[in-house]
Amino acid sequence: MTIFYTFIFLPLISAMLVPLLYKYLNRLVHTGWFVLLVPLSIFIYLLRYIPDVAAGNTYNYTLSWIPSLDMNIISYVDGLSLLFGLLISGVGTLVIIYSIFYMSKVREALHNFYIYLLMFMGAMLGLVFSDHLLVLYGFWELTSVSSFLLISYWYERKSSRQGALKALLITVLGGFGMLAGFIMLIMMADTYSIREMIANLDVIQSQTLFIPAMLCILLGAFTKSAQFPFGIWLPDAMEAPTPVSSYLHSATMVKAGIYLVARMTPVFGGSPVWFWLVAGIGIITLLYGSLTALRQTDLKAMLAYSTISQLGLIMCLLGVGSLAVYFGPSDSGTIFAVATFAALFHLFNHSTFKGSLFMVVGIIDHETGRRDIRYLGGLMQVMPITFTIALVGGLSMAGLPPFNGFLSKEMFFAAVNDVSKAGIFGLSNIGMMFPIIAWVASIFTFVYCMIFIFKTFGGKYRPEKLTRKVHEAPWGMLFSPAILGLLVILIFFFPNVLGKYILTPALTSILPMMPMSSYDLKISAWHGLNMELVMTIGVIAVGLLLFKTMKRWIQTMRNYPQGLTLNHWYNQGLSGTEKLSASLTNRYMTGSLRHYLIYIFSFFVIVLLSSLLLLYGFQFDFSGNAAISIFDAGLVLGMVISAFTVLFAGNRIVAIVALGALGYMVSMFFVIFRAPDLALTQMVVETVTTVLFLLCFYHLPKLKKRIERIPFKLTNLVISIAMGLTVTLLALSANGHKLFEPITSFFENAYELAGAKNIVNAILVDFRGFDTMLEISVLAIAGLGVYILVHQRSKRREQHETE
Amino acid sequence: MKPNDVILKSVTRVAAVIILTFSIYLFMNGHHHPGGGFIGGLSTASAIVLLYLSFGIEKVRENIRVDFKKLAAIGVLIAIGTGTVGVVFGKPFLTQTFGHFDLPIFGDTELASALIFDTGVALAVIGTAVNIILSISEDR
Repeated sequence: MTIFYTFIFLPLISAMLVPLLYKYLNRLVHTGWFVLLVPLSIFIYLLRYIPDVAAGNTYNYTLSWIPSLDMNIISYVDGLSLLFGLLISGVGTLVIIYSIFYMSKVREALHNFYIYLLMFMGAMLGLVFSDHLLVLYGFWELTSVSSFLLISYWYERKSSRQGALKALLITVLGGFGMLAGFIMLIMMADTYSIREMIANLDVIQSQTLFIPAMLCILLGAFTKSAQFPFGIWLPDAMEAPTPVSSYLHSATMVKAGIYLVARMTPVFGGSPVWFWLVAGIGIITLLYGSLTALRQTDLKAMLAYSTISQLGLIMCLLGVGSLAVYFGPSDSGTIFAVATFAALFHLFNHSTFKGSLFMVVGIIDHETGRRDIRYLGGLMQVMPITFTIALVGGLSMAGLPPFNGFLSKEMFFAAVNDVSKAGIFGLSNIGMMFPIIAWVASIFTFVYCMIFIFKTFGGKYRPEKLTRKVHEAPWGMLFSPAILGLLVILIFFFPNVLGKYILTPALTSILPMMPMSSYDLKISAWHGLNMELVMTIGVIAVGLLLFKTMKRWIQTMRNYPQGLTLNHWYNQGLSGTEKLSASLTNRYMTGSLRHYLIYIFSFFVIVLLSSLLLLYGFQFDFSGNAAISIFDAGLVLGMVISAFTVLFAGNRIVAIVALGALGYMVSMFFVIFRAPDLALTQMVVETVTTVLFLLCFYHLPKLKKRIERIPFKLTNLVISIAMGLTVTLLALSANGHKLFEPITSFFENAYELAGAKNIVNAILVDFRGFDTMLEISVLAIAGLGVYILVHQRSKRREQHETE
Repeated sequence: MKPNDVILKSVTRVAAVIILTFSIYLFMNGHHHPGGGFIGGLSTASAIVLLYLSFGIEKVRENIRVDFKKLAAIGVLIAIGTGTVGVVFGKPFLTQTFGHFDLPIFGDTELASALIFDTGVALAVIGTAVNIILSISEDR
């Protein structure tokens, strides 16, 4: 168990070592070589699971975190999570090898890059292996945050910052929706575990929150997987360094949404809303992405839209596959289970070919200084190896044999052809739309793949348009895309090895109700002269025709009006929100401390007093009180006097001293009530705050006798009295209520449990250690905040003076 | 603050030592008697502040060469680190343990892992308190 977690958390742990490695060893060795060991060892470790998981076993690990709140890091290794784990660590290894040659160790801030990358890798591994919904959500948002840091890696560029912000805004918005959905799901199922939810499906499916929870979770999945209309962040995310693009934005992070949909299929699948949303949005995204990719001139943007489109394809297949949940183990169920299989197969294939294509674009960008196809051309002559890899990846993306994209695309055609056979959810009529849209989108896909390959590598070589002297990339940069390209071909020839050991176990975890023996999952390159093959031949014929006549229509497409794009609406919406919030903020952020205090206090008074009144909270119980001794009375009198001294003090020093006296008298109270710990703490805190006050006092103007208007004084009076009254009432009624069991019994045996005779300390470090840990973290952050505030201001003033 | 305050300086010379000793006593004592990381740290911080007040920032800086921002960060890291130790042994996060050991000089002594956690608390408190006070007092 510990070994499993060591590997899962290895990226996060080793991220802490990266700064040291960078600081002391970067001059000798590129930091990436050390980082490489992390995904490589995880990959090798996960490989060991393949035979067992393929045999139908699953593994469960629990790491207790906050057991009292039922928050534990529960990991679940099954076919689906293993497939993703292998992709994350495998592609991660290749990407890091590539990055070693792509990122210069002299010019780049490598430590930041690798810390973010490892953080992302750890978040992604945590996400796919989590069975606990809230832990999964935590890792989900960590992928958003680390992706934000990676996109804005070259933060001095404005476009990087904007792209990062856009990705963060959209994915975190979806993430919040998803959190709401998760909470509804947890409320319905009364468990945090996905496995237990699947085991007790009938409890969930009959409840009214079922559809809202589904919609919220899908919002998260769609924003993360860049589905229509949320996909607009992905092209802007291409401002990140290319290794990041090929890792996060093609192979792993964007597939988290796919993972979530697949993981939730047993829970929600079979409902018509789920089918229509997942399959419908998927196929719209497929069409939208392929059409928009066609208009791009920047190679990376083209690949980004192509990724959006391919993610739509996988999403659509998952939607079609969810029909299998509806039919259950039957003939129709088997047909649609194959669609889910195709989704997994295409997911894997997409990681291989799109990963390699992104790396190819990185090579082109690195060697020529250009990414715009209008400047490129004829690179075949100078970069033959890069060209070969691009050809393999590009033709696979276009869905041609002998590459793996062909196989999964044929299965996709087969699946959309089968949709109308379902005969439910009104599919017998509208079902025909699926193959038509799929076919049209595939033609566009074919055309942009051709443009990608032949406008870059074919045609005339024009070195005068390029900013650098072009030559073939070094072997290190070619290694990773070449391996991925090799996989593309290998999978075409031996698809069933992958199918049997990786994909079928994953399918079992998406469709647990289907008996594996009921269908025969043999992928074959030649599947007879059927509808799918005819469709593919049609795609090639029409696609070639369009490609040949490209000059006539491409310019019209590129001149598509900007005002109609989703991006335009996003920008409009963003600036509108900014204006609105600025005008709102200006109304209450007046810069006057008095106003803020009025807002805070009135809010406090109104909310507390009204809730006390509404909930009949006024209960005073003085029965258990001790008699008031002469000391107590004297102290209270002293406190009242010093409080009034503060009010009527003529200068600040008197006021501060009186306030200090008040604090010391409170600590006297603690002494009387035999709480030496509190008394000590109160005394030291009082001393330090008085010193702080005196320091601040140095900056303040002399206290002047101001003549204030009566209403001004009256408001102050009303608010202060109301505030004092509220707090007093609250304290008294809190004493009158006994809503919960007193916790004293737990602390009475502090010595046996924690070996501490001082109960207060046992609470602080043993029983409630988590609170203390977070408190000191907050304290340290607040300290840094004060430091930054003060120093930024004095720095700015110094700059001002030197100018 | 004031450049030449003989009484304050002479008192501080003695008082600082007493406060520091007392704060160490408070810190070590916390497990069984009043005291602990928070108060121990805070009273150490108050001793350092007293030194700053009477001898001036530059002079004390020369003698106590500690970056208090880093000290606070180290404190938090220690506290989190002791939490993860429990995880390695398969216990929940932040599980503390204790035991009796026969040490030379001290004899039978109780050692608790809570002390390490408390050290983190103390360092975080010292770092933050001194850091805030320094920031404000340097701001002219």
